[in-house]
Amino acid sequence: MKPPLLEARGLSKHYPVGNRRRRAMLHAVDEVDLVIGRGECVGLVGESGCGKSTLVRLLARLIDPTAGTIVLDGADTTAVSQSRFVGMPDRARIQVVFQDPTESLNPAFRVFKAIADPLLQLLGLRDRPKLAARVHRAADLVGLPRELLTRYPHQLSGGQRARVGIARAIAVEPSLLILDEPTSALDVSVQAVILHLLADLRAALGMSYLFVSHDLNVVRLLCSRIVVMYLGRVVETAPTDVLFTAPRHPYTQALISAIPDPARRGEQRPRLDGSPRSPVDPDPKTCRFHGRCPIGTDRCTGAMPALRPFGEAHFTACHFA
Amino acid sequence: MTGQLQIDRLSLVFRTRHGAVRALEDVSLSIERGEILGVVGESGSGKSVLAYAVIGLQDPAAEVLGGRILFGGLDMLAASEQARADVRGRELAMIFQSPRTALNPIRKVGRQIEDILRQHANVSSGELRRHAINALARVRIPDPERRYHAYPFELSGGMCQRVMIAMALACSPFLLIADEPTTGLDVTTQAVIMDLIRDLSRSARMSTLLITHDLGLAGEYCDRIAVMHAGHVVEVASVEKLLDHPAHPYTQQLLGATPTPQSTIEGLTAIPGQLPDLRHDLPACRFSARCARRVAACEERPLPWVSIGPDHLVRCQVPL
Repeated sequence: MKPPLLEARGLSKHYPVGNRRRRAMLHAVDEVDLVIGRGECVGLVGESGCGKSTLVRLLARLIDPTAGTIVLDGADTTAVSQSRFVGMPDRARIQVVFQDPTESLNPAFRVFKAIADPLLQLLGLRDRPKLAARVHRAADLVGLPRELLTRYPHQLSGGQRARVGIARAIAVEPSLLILDEPTSALDVSVQAVILHLLADLRAALGMSYLFVSHDLNVVRLLCSRIVVMYLGRVVETAPTDVLFTAPRHPYTQALISAIPDPARRGEQRPRLDGSPRSPVDPDPKTCRFHGRCPIGTDRCTGAMPALRPFGEAHFTACHFA
Repeated sequence: MTGQLQIDRLSLVFRTRHGAVRALEDVSLSIERGEILGVVGESGSGKSVLAYAVIGLQDPAAEVLGGRILFGGLDMLAASEQARADVRGRELAMIFQSPRTALNPIRKVGRQIEDILRQHANVSSGELRRHAINALARVRIPDPERRYHAYPFELSGGMCQRVMIAMALACSPFLLIADEPTTGLDVTTQAVIMDLIRDLSRSARMSTLLITHDLGLAGEYCDRIAVMHAGHVVEVASVEKLLDHPAHPYTQQLLGATPTPQSTIEGLTAIPGQLPDLRHDLPACRFSARCARRVAACEERPLPWVSIGPDHLVRCQVPL
């Protein structure tokens, strides 16, 4: 059997905070295991500050992990440092579409140059006609009219900028496309277009997706499996339909019951109140959700719950799941 | 019967260097006492312009071409600035998007609530602090005595929004305007904040104008919804009717493009075309260029208000 496309084991990222008198570590991502299969679309959800974006940066090798390994196609990418990885052929195999297409495009680059840049930098494609052919192909794939290639980002609409961001990422034909909130800056009418485009691209190019979003209704549409993070740790992962119909972790349950749904209008639903614990020097024996959790007991401060299997591809990190 | 707030045929343009932007045209809406009315639309549809016009904080470049805004009998557009300032903050309050930037960053949140009370409420200076702490407790901020001394940067986004709501409700207003109150907050926090706004509106019989781009959110919390497109209110109806039997083609397409817990990627439909440029000459129906049901009558002025049923109005020549 072929190994999965990407396999992260025990991935952690800690940042030093505090001052000279009191040193502390902020645990942005803690011991995360994540597997992404070939052609699979995995969703990553969680509230702001839970470490989603840090995990994205780690997986894309934009920052070095504190601990853990990332195996891409059987090869350990974490064996070399991030600064060395930049010059390696594997660099082009993982691409990221960043959150806000307005912020993440260079305002001084015309669209053509924005899409051509990764081809030049990562693949060293210097031959002008070949480069133009690749840029045109990427633009065609995302439905970007060729006459827009000479424009600057500020001359484009939000939906067109989102297409440029996607075209730039797929131009180098990556195996894994990481989408960090790709539609959160867009109106629903444009969001629908971009979601259809992403679904079609995956079918056409056979890429794997890691789709990061805070909107569960959007994640549901594209992903076959969803990973839920809370304060740097994975608390639950399950096939999409299982996660929505039978969530086992109390945080996942709260997340799903918080989705606005006119069909459940007027119902008094359990709400998750309070604020999360501090991610600075967290107690390694205390469940991160303890304090906000409706069912927490003393057991949750005695031992950190590990991910346990519940049926096929369903794992939950809760003592009482 | 006149409601708490009545907007009558309001038209507003922005005078810019690149021509007049027709931001609102012929907008009519009313809110009854204790009602939550949602105003839903995509960015650029004019929903925030409408909110700012009601509270009288519109941009200096804005010019009202016609129409009236009646708030409890007071004509807000004809009234003096002094009369409007008296109403603002006391009878008419607003909560803004991104609470952290709307609060004063260098003043304790308790003091900011006291400022409102000192300005608008008949509270003696000795009582200010107790009232401010009560206001914080009312929006279910845990440990209000301690939070009184907090600066906005010390509070989470959800907490800051609660402080905003506490400030808005400090003088028990008749009408609350909430402009995207939960955009940028987590979905779990959004649910708590929206429950809070709904419960406080209900218990105080306060009217609420909820501006949002999220049809799902409006569907769960509002009594009625007005859909805006390019400066027009295209449809107003009760939540049930609007969601189950939309009459305007735009409403139907907006519903089709909004992901719900039930939708699939195949079922999700995009809305063709984009918002028209509001600086140019516009057809009578500003949606007609994007509409598959367009007929010759769509060019006729004025654009009619068609009554589909009790409390269900739509601005379309060929409603669904």
